[in-house]
Amino acid sequence: MSVTGNAQTATGASASKSEGSLASRGVVITYLGLLVLIPLAAVVWQSTQDGIGGFVRAVTNPQALAALRLTFLASLVVVAINVVAGTIIAWVLVRDSFRGKAIVNSIIDLPFALPTIVASLTLLALYGPKSPLGLNIAYTKASVGMALLFVTLPFVIRAVQPVLLELDRDMEEAAASLGASGFATFRRIILPTLTPAILSGAALGFARSVGEFGSVVLLTGNQPFKTQVASVYIFGQVESGETSSAAAVSVVLLVVSLALLFGLSLINRWGTHHDS
Amino acid sequence: MTARIAFRVFALGYLALLLVFPVCIIFARAFGEGLGAVWQAVIDPEALHALWMTLLIASIAVAANTVFGIICATVLVRHDFRGKSVLNAILDLPLAISPVVVGLSLLIIYGRTSPIGVWLAEMGVRIIFSTPGMILATIFISLPFVVREVVPVMREIGTEQEQAASTLGASAFQTFWMVTLPAIRPGVAYGIVLTMARAIGEFGAVSVVSGQISGITETMTIYVSSSFERFDLVGCYSAAVVLALIAIGTLLLTNLTGPKEEY
Amino acid sequence: MGITARRVSKRFGDFVALDDVSVEAPTGSLTALLGPSGSGKSTLLRVIAGLERPDSGQIFISDEEKTDFPPQKRGVGFVFQHYAAFKHMTVFENVAFGLKIRKHPKDAIRQRVRELLELVQLEGFAGRYPAQLSGGQRQRMALARALAVEPDVLLLDEPFGALDARVRQELRAWLRRLHEDIHVTTILVTHDQEEAMELADNIVLMNHGKIEQVGGPQDLYEQPANEFVMGFIGPVNRLGDTYVRPHDIEIQLNSNGTTSEAMVDHLVYLGFEVRVDLALKDGRRLWAQVTREDARQLNLEPGKPVHVRMVHSKVFGKTTADSLPNP
Repeated sequence: MSVTGNAQTATGASASKSEGSLASRGVVITYLGLLVLIPLAAVVWQSTQDGIGGFVRAVTNPQALAALRLTFLASLVVVAINVVAGTIIAWVLVRDSFRGKAIVNSIIDLPFALPTIVASLTLLALYGPKSPLGLNIAYTKASVGMALLFVTLPFVIRAVQPVLLELDRDMEEAAASLGASGFATFRRIILPTLTPAILSGAALGFARSVGEFGSVVLLTGNQPFKTQVASVYIFGQVESGETSSAAAVSVVLLVVSLALLFGLSLINRWGTHHDS
Repeated sequence: MTARIAFRVFALGYLALLLVFPVCIIFARAFGEGLGAVWQAVIDPEALHALWMTLLIASIAVAANTVFGIICATVLVRHDFRGKSVLNAILDLPLAISPVVVGLSLLIIYGRTSPIGVWLAEMGVRIIFSTPGMILATIFISLPFVVREVVPVMREIGTEQEQAASTLGASAFQTFWMVTLPAIRPGVAYGIVLTMARAIGEFGAVSVVSGQISGITETMTIYVSSSFERFDLVGCYSAAVVLALIAIGTLLLTNLTGPKEEY
Repeated sequence: MGITARRVSKRFGDFVALDDVSVEAPTGSLTALLGPSGSGKSTLLRVIAGLERPDSGQIFISDEEKTDFPPQKRGVGFVFQHYAAFKHMTVFENVAFGLKIRKHPKDAIRQRVRELLELVQLEGFAGRYPAQLSGGQRQRMALARALAVEPDVLLLDEPFGALDARVRQELRAWLRRLHEDIHVTTILVTHDQEEAMELADNIVLMNHGKIEQVGGPQDLYEQPANEFVMGFIGPVNRLGDTYVRPHDIEIQLNSNGTTSEAMVDHLVYLGFEVRVDLALKDGRRLWAQVTREDARQLNLEPGKPVHVRMVHSKVFGKTTADSLPNP
């Protein structure tokens, strides 16, 4: 099970053991092997080039730890905000109606379409030193949060929208007729159905924000120990030629990504077992 | 009733403050010096070269990932084998990995310190600090989109049309070309739009791999960053505006090609 | 000649779809593969077409062995239950597909497609897309498409299963007429015994991957080989080991020594016929089918005591013309 979709064979597959299908599988394995698996394996390999001791040193040195801590904390805070804000926005998009709703719905995808470096620039323009609003949060920890909020905005919203659309209104009406207030209905009936979707969107958002680079680069000042996130730290290590150290910290991020993907597949499986 | 209004205000306000106003400011800042200045910045040779690099790299990445995506979707939907969930998991990786790590991985394999890098250097082939490396990085990070979009479409059309074609005498290739491909076209189109957008917007991975040699290995996104660092603000904002316009164009295209959504 | 399947077996995992099945469809005949879901009839059809590979057995089409041939090379025309229309092509392009593959000249194609569209009564629809056609029209298009390349055999997989009852009736009659005109060896898969009885020269009744009986409609109805065949082909009452058709139960007002006592439970008026639900003295139930006239003459009504006897019945394994078990 995965985010990409649970694909199964159609029954009655055409004569499947032909050379064509073996060639297809070969192409897929080769492409993915060369382009994805081998590079990732190379990172893992490189991270061990200074031995286990070197690995541990690379990961536990104060600057690296500070970067990792900032990254994870900021991502957690951002995920929490996204869960609430994202659910509300999804609710408004599905249940409310007003002029221009279609445009608003399209705007949600802007963080997917806009290059992250441009996002960084736009946030800097509005919330940096020359802010027309007089609001300057650039080069602060808050700026990290803001950048991450930008890039992870769509995840929870897009995960929740289809579930909300599919939701059987009958259940809510039944609850209302039994005396449940709006909030009680939401808490007891709607929220449980939405929870797998919310979690799934949150996990995807978290995975994205942990590795985020482009959007923080201009906005945060990248100050070590203060506003430097893990990806920026790794970049710095690479530029200094400390490839093994960079690889070690990368491995930490990789492990987190893999754990999240695995968690996601579990969430998906749990979510679908509610359906008939 | 007030709850509904409150939610609406919150949602619209949140989106305005986080997305809309920032993007609008860019346009304001860029055109603040006048249309002429923007035009000059856009036709600057370095900027043009960066645009060319972006389009070249993105096009190659899109082409490669489209061909791969269609083949991979076929394997996922029409074939039966163990390890399909592993395949699905690997396809998700590019979405969950930091772009800097992607760049690093290519540096490790093709850089001067690796045996492959040395061998390639002897052959006179440059991957790192050169376009091929940037292409590989871009392919990596934009890999899953076509597969993801084609799989459900392919699953929905089912195999019967293809079986019918085979009983009518069509070879496997003819069936694929005349029956399957036209049927999955919507999924392919949407996947291409998403891939293109992602490829154009890539920054972290290509930054690591390019060595940021100005004028030679800069893409538009790298140009935004480097011109900012040089305090060439007009150049920076102008390039950002071009990219923002492309992004808005992409949003329009996704509306046209994407699945007809209700919201 | 025609089509021969010899000792075909096929399993899907643990499920045995076909168990050593042999079937012959004579040239020019219309043979029905009839049976309930899971009986293996569709699987057999697909094996004949080359869309499935059997685990063992052989397939002969027009006396040539085609067991190892792919579908492209078998000379079969196949029609699917859900039409399998090429949605992105017009009706014309759909029907022309096979001819285009064989690289026939454009004029010849246009001519042939026009003939076929006339044959299936879809002239004027050439420029439309399948989505603009009704289900019945789509299926006629599918038939035209299959016939375009002049196949040796025509294979139809529950072709009317997705259609409304009325359209189904119309197309059944239409297919019968078409077959009489064209006389291509045809095999039709269906779960509808009425359809098989109406269309087929020859019925192969299958169950659980095996063949229960082969014969003409009349043979299967009047000489069923076992209780499954008897029950599948027509309505039947079961009393222990004895099986009686409802219209073989005679209702009388008076006993005549060979009858049993019964009481009318319920009457259902089915137009020309009346269904009479009866209860025997020992509590067992059965139902008889009588004409309206008979029902009126006997003055049947719920609660009325009557006498019944079986005109024919079957006990598996011997045939008798017994009376009902004694009261």
